[in-house]
Amino acid sequence: MNVLREVLWPLVAVIAAFVVGGIIILLIGDDPILTFRLLVGNSFGSAKDLGWTLHYATPLIFTGLAVALAFRCGLLNIGAEGQLYVAAFATAWVGIKFGGTVVSVFGKDENWSWTSLPWYVLVPLCVFTAISVGAIWGAIPGILKAKFGSHEVINTIMLNFIGIALVSYFTQYYYKIPGDPIMQTAPIGEAAHIPQLNQFLPFIPKDVPLNVAFLLAILMCVLVYIFLWKTKWGYELRAVGENASAAEYGGIDPKKQIIIAMTISGGLAGMVAIGEVLGNRHNYYDGFSAEWGFWGIAVALLGRNHPLGVFIAAIFFGVLMRGQIFVDAFTVKVSKDLGEVLQAIIILFVACLQMYTMQRRIKGKV
Amino acid sequence: MSGILTFALIWSAIRLSTPLIFAALGGLFSERSGVINIALEGLMLAGAFTGAVATYELHNPFIGMGIGMLAGVLLAFVYAIACIKFQADQVVAGMAINFLMAGLPALISGAVYDSSGSTPQIDITHQLPAMNYFIPVGVLSNISFASFLAFLLVPICWYVMYKTPFGLRIRAAGENPEAADAAGVRVIALRYGAVLISGALAAAGGAYLSIGQSSLFTRNMTAGRGFIALAALILAKWRPVPVMIACLFFGFTEALAIQMQGVLKMPSGEDVPVQFIQIIPYVLTIIVLAGFIGLSRAPKALGIPYRKES
Repeated sequence: MNVLREVLWPLVAVIAAFVVGGIIILLIGDDPILTFRLLVGNSFGSAKDLGWTLHYATPLIFTGLAVALAFRCGLLNIGAEGQLYVAAFATAWVGIKFGGTVVSVFGKDENWSWTSLPWYVLVPLCVFTAISVGAIWGAIPGILKAKFGSHEVINTIMLNFIGIALVSYFTQYYYKIPGDPIMQTAPIGEAAHIPQLNQFLPFIPKDVPLNVAFLLAILMCVLVYIFLWKTKWGYELRAVGENASAAEYGGIDPKKQIIIAMTISGGLAGMVAIGEVLGNRHNYYDGFSAEWGFWGIAVALLGRNHPLGVFIAAIFFGVLMRGQIFVDAFTVKVSKDLGEVLQAIIILFVACLQMYTMQRRIKGKV
Repeated sequence: MSGILTFALIWSAIRLSTPLIFAALGGLFSERSGVINIALEGLMLAGAFTGAVATYELHNPFIGMGIGMLAGVLLAFVYAIACIKFQADQVVAGMAINFLMAGLPALISGAVYDSSGSTPQIDITHQLPAMNYFIPVGVLSNISFASFLAFLLVPICWYVMYKTPFGLRIRAAGENPEAADAAGVRVIALRYGAVLISGALAAAGGAYLSIGQSSLFTRNMTAGRGFIALAALILAKWRPVPVMIACLFFGFTEALAIQMQGVLKMPSGEDVPVQFIQIIPYVLTIIVLAGFIGLSRAPKALGIPYRKES
């Protein structure tokens, strides 16, 4: 019965969102049935479709876990976007500086790296960078909330703007190859690349960038589950989310838990950089994220803040992320913004249904 | 340095604080009644987009601004249903409204104007005029009609909030809804009203951005101003006159930052990069919140849905 309820309400929210989305499509003068067929009909039919869907789902698993873990502590981390941005740039920076990157500046080779580490040192170093830089950017609003009581929602939004502007500055002034028309850093060294799954699984086409970060994402679902429900730390974190004053009475320091939760959450968001920088694009570029940080909120809410739910919800939103490209290309009027609109409506419906689902609430006044 | 503090800077500060004042005063009504309004950003975007479309189509900025405000009311009604009727988590529902307004304008303008997220340029003669349009005095050309309206709203809001029964009831609903209910105040209806007012005001601020400060709507053109307005509201301890001062403070620093561009130099002798100028309001918001939030006291029932005992 309990399991049924956990599955039923998210499903109701999704169906309701599609109904409202359908009405919007009708109003702007297009065919909702055709649009929805394009949106969800290109996701699982072939190895290529499935590969792309899972590839789109990978960053959403990380950000979904990030938001869900913070949620469990009564915090809303809207800052996953900024956290993954700074992590992605830092990861690319390490990949350039320690990866032996040599760039061609107007025909002349320049060595931009300090050293050239072997892959078995460089990859762990890059992964460590992604996690720790994301964690630091996440810890800041945690500390601000614990020390001053300022709400994490406003602070994380401000830190998104700040983080994205800062990495854009470093990219533009220091790590862009002169003459490159695109705002992107130099490529990371090849030793920092992580394998794409098509290297082991020949049935996945070569152009599908699905990489080992997807397997890492599955592992993180398991680890987050163990952390939250099988360890003392996870218990304390959830206790603060359930009832901060009761937890405090029981000897748990809510302030400490807030900082811990935001730090881990930021680290999880930072892991997006592993799949995208090391496994896919092999550099950092302006407009790096397809708003994965924000989609993570919908993923967490729809997944009921549970790692298994997050995984399923991330696949669902991966379908939408792939589908909106087809919608953009093959409908007359509907643009890829449909995905974002559906995502927002789903969040709204999940929030409205929470009085039936006993969803935990965000703490604090704004 | 003396060349920096000029009248131009003051006009610029007034211009930049105008949308903040509208939004923060809107937030004041909603939050004083007990409903968190983190949706200000989305409500502003609704006003900015609808205002731009209506002005472009009807060639009249006043009607455009009115329709923009109407869109804000409509969206605020959706938000109010979620927060009051369904007792949704107000922060989550508010963010949903913000996300919706990040995507919906782009979806609509993509279908109607075949663009990716922006509306067509509005002719300069159809934009919100400066005050010398009404009173032909030269100096008034520096003050937009919207700025005039925003600053006029400050004493009006103060009067409504502190000198009318409506204001008293709003404050009661936000402080102690049970007692207010027992005294015959219709808490639920009041909260609906307060949230709708916040929608109209925030949307007016958004409309000023698209049809006054610039000449078209662009995607996410509010750039966090809804949240900065919220920070100003907290800094002002939810009171109208301090709200104006807090918004002027944010507007002034932004104006100063813009003016400093090209004047301030990096240690290396180069101009301060644009990114550093851009982040100033955001850094300031974080600092102000951290420094002042402990001193301010939110309405007691803020964020708590009201359940009428039957």
